[in-house]
Amino acid sequence: MKKSTKLGIIIAGLIIGVIASVLVLFGNPTNMGFCIACFVRDTTGALKLHGAAPVQYIRPEIIGIVLGSLIMAVGSKEFKARGGSSPLTRFVLGFFVMVGCLMFLGCPFRMIIRLAGGDFNAILGLVGFVLGVLVGVFFLKKGFSLKRSYKQSVFEGAAMPVIQVVLLILLVAAPAVLMFSEEGPGSKHAAVAISLVAGLIVGALAQKTRLCMAGGFRDVVLFKDARLISGFIAIFVGCLASNLILNAVTENTFFKTGFAEQAIAHTDGLWNLLGMLLVGFACILLGGCPLRQLVLTGEGNSDSALTVIGLVAGAAFCHNFGLASSAEGPTANGKIAVIIGIIVVAIIASCNTFNKKNA
Amino acid sequence: MTRVDARGLSCPEPVILTMEALAGNEAAYEILVDNKTACENVSRYAEGQGYKAEAREDGEDIIVSLSK
Repeated sequence: MKKSTKLGIIIAGLIIGVIASVLVLFGNPTNMGFCIACFVRDTTGALKLHGAAPVQYIRPEIIGIVLGSLIMAVGSKEFKARGGSSPLTRFVLGFFVMVGCLMFLGCPFRMIIRLAGGDFNAILGLVGFVLGVLVGVFFLKKGFSLKRSYKQSVFEGAAMPVIQVVLLILLVAAPAVLMFSEEGPGSKHAAVAISLVAGLIVGALAQKTRLCMAGGFRDVVLFKDARLISGFIAIFVGCLASNLILNAVTENTFFKTGFAEQAIAHTDGLWNLLGMLLVGFACILLGGCPLRQLVLTGEGNSDSALTVIGLVAGAAFCHNFGLASSAEGPTANGKIAVIIGIIVVAIIASCNTFNKKNA
Repeated sequence: MTRVDARGLSCPEPVILTMEALAGNEAAYEILVDNKTACENVSRYAEGQGYKAEAREDGEDIIVSLSK
């Protein structure tokens, strides 16, 4: 059984990596076939919660991930409405995960995709991410916990999937009420049906295999268990192979090595590192990366739904207050926000580790 | 036999609690979880430590019995 589950996550990772590469062929921004942070941010913009014109579009990939996970979870009788494990703390952690992601310009999932596109800036991001995971693991070992969740009503568990269906209806039936980018990353997207199907497949595979970018490094350090990280590596391999093939057979650029002039990226190594350190640290406290949080909402987890709402609020703040980086580099406000984020997450970690150790 | 209640806890806390309990090196344990992911993770860890893991449903919960 052990071998087959590892093979399963490797195959799933390879498929997800290829999908992430091919979505760019169908119109998504370069090195951004998938990015949970960017896509949640784009959806936030489409709903006019921030006014950054280049990053506004309801991304069907996000809708697909939640619904793909839901379908898989219902099918395997794993849908269980659960919640109540420090929801507001999770909201705050989700908020700062987004602050870190928008410093780096990508979630852990896009970090792999950027690496597979030859973007060396993501190496600094990866170093920061692993450091953040190590700090988080330190607190886990000392007894960190956000306390247990409890059974909730089905309606509570179904709320986030229902919201996704509403967003899909808005996108298809009433796009005029939404804000859509006319230029910039938000204007680059695959057709709705393609994005939705891609999301459904990724959501279903991620639910089935428990794929999690943060969990990958965590489990290696904590339990010497390489199952999750093999999925992480498989995404990289699948995306890299597909990028190299597409680079050879199409006129567009899918793979370009170096630091300078990478797509939707900046070259400030220190802040790429610190941004992802914040993300890695907060994700370990949350129990999973942004992709995993979306998948858990599909399983009826309302704590993860609150985390996703935290990502939305973080995205709105990042763009309304000039915290988000751009291709030109990080902003002064963004740097301050990342430092505050690391401090806040460290306080949350300490308070839930040392104060209530035996609670 | 030691019983560990890991219901409702986020990843990877059920496995950490199991790891701490198994350090006592007893012959048998019962780990209480409430979702399949935790059940799989606890079973996989315990099997790696040389225990036999058997899961059975108990209402809303899952009891993972570990024995040497």
